[in-house]
Amino acid sequence: MNLTLKIWRQHSPDEPGQMVKYHVKDVSPDMSFLEMLDVLNEGLILAGDDPVAFDHDCREGICGMCGMVINGVAHGEQKATTTCQLHMRHFKDGDVVTIEPWRAAPFPVIKDLVVDRSAFDRIIQAGGFVSVPAGAAPDAHAVPVPKGDADDAFDAATCIGCGACVAACPNGSASLFTGAKITHLGSLPQGRPERASRAKTMVEQMDLEGFGGCTNTGECTAVCPKGISLDVIARMNADFLKASR
Amino acid sequence: MKYREGEPIRDTKAPEGPIEERWEKRKFAARLVNPANKRKLSVIVVGTGLAGGSAAATLGELGYQVTSFCYQDSPRRAHSIAAQGGINAAKNYRGDGDSIYRLFYDTVKGGDFRARESNVYRLAQVSVNIIDQAVAQGVPFAREYGGLLDTRSFGGAQVSRTFYARGQTGQQLLLGAYQALERQIAAGTVTMHARHEMLELIVSDGRARGVVVRDMVTGEIESHLADAVVLATGGYGNVFFLSTNAKGCNTTAIWRAHRKGALFANPCYTQIHPTCIPVSGEYQSKLTLMSESLRNDGRVWVPLRKGDTRPPAAIPDDERDYYLERIYPAFGNLVPRDIASRAAKNVCDEGRGVGPGGLGVYLDFADAITRLGREAVEEKYGNLFEMYERITGEDPYAQPMRIYPAVHYTMGGLWVDYDLQSTVPGLFVVGEANFSDHGANRLGASALMQGLADGYFVLPATIGDYLADARDFGPVNEVSVAEAEIAVRDRIHRLLSVDGDRTADSYHRELGKLMWDYCGMERTEASLTKALERIPELREEFWRKVKVSGTNEELNQALERAGRVADFFDLAELMCLDALHRTESCGGHFRAESQDADGEALRDDEHFAYVAAWEHAPEGPVLHREDLAYEYVTMSQRSYK
Ligand SMILES: Cc1cc2nc3c(=O)[nH]c(=O)nc-3n(C[C@H](O)[C@H](O)[C@H](O)COP(=O)(O)OP(=O)(O)OC[C@H]3O[C@@H](n4cnc5c(N)ncnc54)[C@H](O)[C@@H]3O)c2cc1C
Ligand code: FES
Repeated sequence: MNLTLKIWRQHSPDEPGQMVKYHVKDVSPDMSFLEMLDVLNEGLILAGDDPVAFDHDCREGICGMCGMVINGVAHGEQKATTTCQLHMRHFKDGDVVTIEPWRAAPFPVIKDLVVDRSAFDRIIQAGGFVSVPAGAAPDAHAVPVPKGDADDAFDAATCIGCGACVAACPNGSASLFTGAKITHLGSLPQGRPERASRAKTMVEQMDLEGFGGCTNTGECTAVCPKGISLDVIARMNADFLKASR
Repeated sequence: MKYREGEPIRDTKAPEGPIEERWEKRKFAARLVNPANKRKLSVIVVGTGLAGGSAAATLGELGYQVTSFCYQDSPRRAHSIAAQGGINAAKNYRGDGDSIYRLFYDTVKGGDFRARESNVYRLAQVSVNIIDQAVAQGVPFAREYGGLLDTRSFGGAQVSRTFYARGQTGQQLLLGAYQALERQIAAGTVTMHARHEMLELIVSDGRARGVVVRDMVTGEIESHLADAVVLATGGYGNVFFLSTNAKGCNTTAIWRAHRKGALFANPCYTQIHPTCIPVSGEYQSKLTLMSESLRNDGRVWVPLRKGDTRPPAAIPDDERDYYLERIYPAFGNLVPRDIASRAAKNVCDEGRGVGPGGLGVYLDFADAITRLGREAVEEKYGNLFEMYERITGEDPYAQPMRIYPAVHYTMGGLWVDYDLQSTVPGLFVVGEANFSDHGANRLGASALMQGLADGYFVLPATIGDYLADARDFGPVNEVSVAEAEIAVRDRIHRLLSVDGDRTADSYHRELGKLMWDYCGMERTEASLTKALERIPELREEFWRKVKVSGTNEELNQALERAGRVADFFDLAELMCLDALHRTESCGGHFRAESQDADGEALRDDEHFAYVAAWEHAPEGPVLHREDLAYEYVTMSQRSYK
């Protein structure tokens, strides 16, 4: 199939960007979306043009490095799928596809589709851990964990930190990301001693980074490639309230 | 390519005596650095995967000043994240006869008697602490209804010792290490530089004292200095272009260190994983693994008859060949990876392969779904099944998966002693980047174990012994820094100025295909000789005709790629040379000339029971042999029948 792409091109953080039109031919339905962009880029390089910069690494939907807004939807319309796992069989000949970077003030564009997500790392630094130095741990079976709690923790822990939730949120909130970590660690006995302080410092850092507040629109969970549920935000709010009292 | 023999090499750090006591003894003999002095000592850690992330966090906890680098935008994205299946540990929580000794035994045997006994025993000992550490960090391992940890079996083992977190064990373990790392960053003991690529090692007065990195956003070339350098940069499977590694995985860091004096051990030992999604077209950019854990419940088969093109459901049971169960009744579908991969290649070579091009075999869950119910199968493997469906458009609940072997892991790497120190003093190497524990074949679920053993427990205990002398190191020689920086700038300038007509990726693809065909699952003298002719020709063409657009002073992914491909060419040559010189078959290295009557790999212990450690020299590689002695496990031909 042949496609028309409209891609956000921005040479550097300080320069203005614009949408630029490209045509790609003979796209196979078995290609991944990123492989389709590889083909485009090979052509651009040979023509002496600047290839489209985009982040990616594992290409199997787990590292969280890839991410673009495809036809207005973070990671594209396919549910529970990262950009790298999106395949061209979901497009058809003649389609016009718009491709833009994550847009949110705390995620400034570095180049083209590449944005700076280091704010997420700083939120984790603020408390997204259990304080246990190497070598200090008791036997793993010392504290049994009810399967339900372990499963809840796991569901929240599957967050890959891609940032789609922020890109989709009309307020640019990072509540799904932050809530997921607070829920993951807070659901486990190992994470409970720091549960309250963690919620407080992480939420404060989130605000400091300039992420917006949550107004329960649910756009985040709709685009989340791991299907993290809104419950984690309720849990974050509850833990935060308790800690602030 | 010619090589010459050099002096033998020996590990001088592993203590003598009973194997159970060696690690304790070494820890006791290693000198300590007092807390006040640790604050004055600095360590560079390149890489933030399980090995580097855990090492940097732990060194930070101990009070050293740590500087850490990774090429991704966050340390959390290192490729350890992609490990699906699980992590081994000799906890014996099931009471099924497991023990430290058995894990040690299985690993030495699985590695086809090409790993050091002392190292492997220590790995098995430390394995139990890893699970404790990870659980304490909040890693959500799978649990049973009673709240205790669940385990499963992996290839090459008859006990259930693999701990897992659904199909995302690597992710969860890495997040544990990453969170520990972020905690140290917040505490100020670790300074993190993401989006920085190491391009050169700085060696001053014979010691590793720093690295030259490129800031991948601005293009700035920076030198960072320290008292010791740790490389944790992962494996080099991407030399094959198509592999289960991430797109950015590279050999640059260890290759540059090799050029600066670190010996490279067993470069030809490559693991080809039996269960990956087959290639679907020319544009393919990477291959995706389907976890080995699937072999617990999936049954591997091909049609009995050649050229049987009926859909799988139309082939009755007695016209199917469950070839692993047939040939290896004792281990069945759970034979080690090298054996499962070669068996798949053999049935495909016989013309019984399935899917496009006949390069595939079935991995069938129909029996498991009948036996356990769909829900139980979904609980165990749901995310893997989804991943399969997303990539292939086929539903594995309704029809068997198609799988084929793919390059997955590299057992070779920089040579290190028992302390994990390379032949360059002050250069330590951890994780997949070193060669240490897996011999000629790694068992499933043992890489995560090794990476974390190295980073949380081994390196932090041994590096102090080296750093205890740091007062005598003196200032870093400025000339060595300037030379390293100039080398980096020159290489970048050369790549940018060729201005040819082929992309770096197209060369990488061609090199990868050549390696797969000539130095892949089966190697022969003729194929390797051919590769050793072709690689230099292709490299010469690369340096004459590659096209890299843009400049250095910007985010330039074409430039990043070209630099990595350039180093892969040099590594590829050494891999082929190593494979050619080792005329025996062992583990993942199968020389067609060396097989028994049943077509199984035939070792030649008389001539090859050694580690091949290669030195870089201007006139060609120099081979240093480290003889391997087995005091505990008797060397025998592996049998999984
Ligand atoms: C798909 C897949 C599944 C796997 N499943 C399992 C499993 O179930 N069980 C198991 O035990 N093992 C498994 N393995 C193997 C295991 O995951 C790896 O061997 C292990 O995680 C490697 O860890 P590492 O820390 O050595 O390297 P990595 O995790 O690869 O980390 C490398 C780090 O080095 C950095 N780096 C690399 N080059 C440079 C450079 N030049 N400059 C700066 N930084 C650099 C990267 O940014 C990264 O941070 C799997 C591997 C793959 C690919
Ligand atoms: S590239 Fe890793 S999640 Fe897409």
